[in-house]
Amino acid sequence: MNDHFEEIERSLDSPSFRSRAWHSLKADKVAFTSVVIVLLLIIVAICAPWFAPKQPLYQYPDGLSDIGAPQGPGRNFLLGADQNGRDVLSRLIFGARVSLTVGVVATALASMIGVTIGAISGYMGGWVESILMRLTDIVLSFPILLFCIALIAVTGPSTKNVVLVIAFAYWTYLARIIRSQVLSLKEREFIIAARSLGLTTPQIIRRHIIPHLIPTIIVYSTLGVATSILIEASLSFLGIGVPLPQPSWGEMISEGQKYFQSAPWLLIAPGVTIIFAVLAFNLMGDWLTDLFDASSTGVKR
Amino acid sequence: MSRWVIRRTAQMLAVVWGVMTLAFILAFIVPGDPARMVAGTNASPEAVASIRHQLGIDQSLMSQYLHFIGRLLRGDLGVSFALQNQTVGSVIWRALPYTALLAIAGVLWEIILGIPFGIISAYRPKSFFDRLSTFSALFGLSTPPFWLGLMLLYFLAFKLSVFPLNGVGSPLIWYLILPSFTLGVGGAAFYSRIVRTTVINVLQSPFIEFAQLKGMPSSLILRRHVIRHALMPIVTMIGMDLGYFLGGVLIVESIFGIPGIGQLAFRSISTLDVPMITGTVLVASVFMVVMNFIVDILYTFIDPRVRLQRNN
Repeated sequence: MNDHFEEIERSLDSPSFRSRAWHSLKADKVAFTSVVIVLLLIIVAICAPWFAPKQPLYQYPDGLSDIGAPQGPGRNFLLGADQNGRDVLSRLIFGARVSLTVGVVATALASMIGVTIGAISGYMGGWVESILMRLTDIVLSFPILLFCIALIAVTGPSTKNVVLVIAFAYWTYLARIIRSQVLSLKEREFIIAARSLGLTTPQIIRRHIIPHLIPTIIVYSTLGVATSILIEASLSFLGIGVPLPQPSWGEMISEGQKYFQSAPWLLIAPGVTIIFAVLAFNLMGDWLTDLFDASSTGVKR
Repeated sequence: MSRWVIRRTAQMLAVVWGVMTLAFILAFIVPGDPARMVAGTNASPEAVASIRHQLGIDQSLMSQYLHFIGRLLRGDLGVSFALQNQTVGSVIWRALPYTALLAIAGVLWEIILGIPFGIISAYRPKSFFDRLSTFSALFGLSTPPFWLGLMLLYFLAFKLSVFPLNGVGSPLIWYLILPSFTLGVGGAAFYSRIVRTTVINVLQSPFIEFAQLKGMPSSLILRRHVIRHALMPIVTMIGMDLGYFLGGVLIVESIFGIPGIGQLAFRSISTLDVPMITGTVLVASVFMVVMNFIVDILYTFIDPRVRLQRNN
């Protein structure tokens, strides 16, 4: 019964897939760099205390000049100090934890909702599809950012709310993509065979449809992390993101905005970090798309 | 065809109804007693009760809901709590021109940058220009818009004093250049990618080869066939972006101090001005839904293939 699942698993695990991934990485410098940056980000986020040269929350007296202005980048503070005398580099490193955690958890949640709704509406069709897709339309056309701000204004800012809000915004995209894939999948012979064998709809969706969606889910999850990092930064910028004093990249820009005329590094450092992180996840997503495309059509075998 | 239009219209109305319901729920989530807000903190309990009756919030949930929908159908968005004696409609109406101009200018940037870059890249794939445009598009897509806005402010307005620093003045368009660029840059990057892929596919199709073989000059091929095809996927996106921008672009408006709908919504949330919150949210979503609808209809007129499909 689990043939297709095993088939996909085999193709993901097989030496041919792995060696193909490795070869394409060696050939493609851009993809290679992006994967390295993503891995580095993950390692830095997990081992933040080992990488950070200073305490992210401690307000160093020597971080401020005699007149109370933040110190610029130099030997003591590699990327400068902020308006409270805290080390910008250490805050960036600890901020990676927040951004990545929010990105990964929110995307996972969005994928679960999006895949379930997309798969059910694509497979069932009829009125189930109509209702679920109109629901998706409503959420898509609702000004999500305003809705989130109102929601957070009520419940108070917390990391959990930020995750929920991002998941609530992102699942609609996945639902649409998954639905269109399922629409073409369900006409394939093996699904018709499974149906004539008497498998129930939930069984077919779980065992035969979902495994075929794994490449799409992996690609859009990677892109989703990139999107989540951007949304989290926007929410923190508006002051409704991850609560203080936890350092987050968006919050650093938001705080630095007030001093940018005298201390531009407060803006430049977190901004460039966000760009590189998002760029790396986007490029990795592109590489994965090419890789899975090649494996599903079997072109490069 | 007409049956399809009727069905599409019904769908649109269903979505508008759904959005209205969500807005109604939103008004309930926001805490605080609206009657107390209107009456002021020193009002007597009797005064508060009478206002509660006036506002209709002493009735059952169902009748409140029907009342709410009925009011909206008559185009009445209610009276603001925070701004005394001003209707939500009139306040939104005053903010709308700023947001509308900003939205249109933002979409113009998307078109001006996105389409030519995409077409030139497609004509010369892998060239220096193509690589440069791919590279800038990637950055455009990965840069947080608020950060880009702040950087433009720092370098072009503060350091070089080329553009005004903040707010609005006259001529308005001068104050909207940086904000609209910030708004449009992500979309421009996205458009250029889409146009590039579309044009590369078009250039390889048999009808282009046919046009070349019969001696059609390449400038005419570009104008008559290539641009037309390149625009098809873009039309949908332009419509959706315009609908989305018209709903107020909070981040860009707040960075550049533009008194548009986005800022209005944000302020009304911080003052818990419930009618204003539901009003702005509704206006934003209705723009989105209606633009979506218009684009769908337009699309069938532009692309004969879609028209044929929908006839069946």
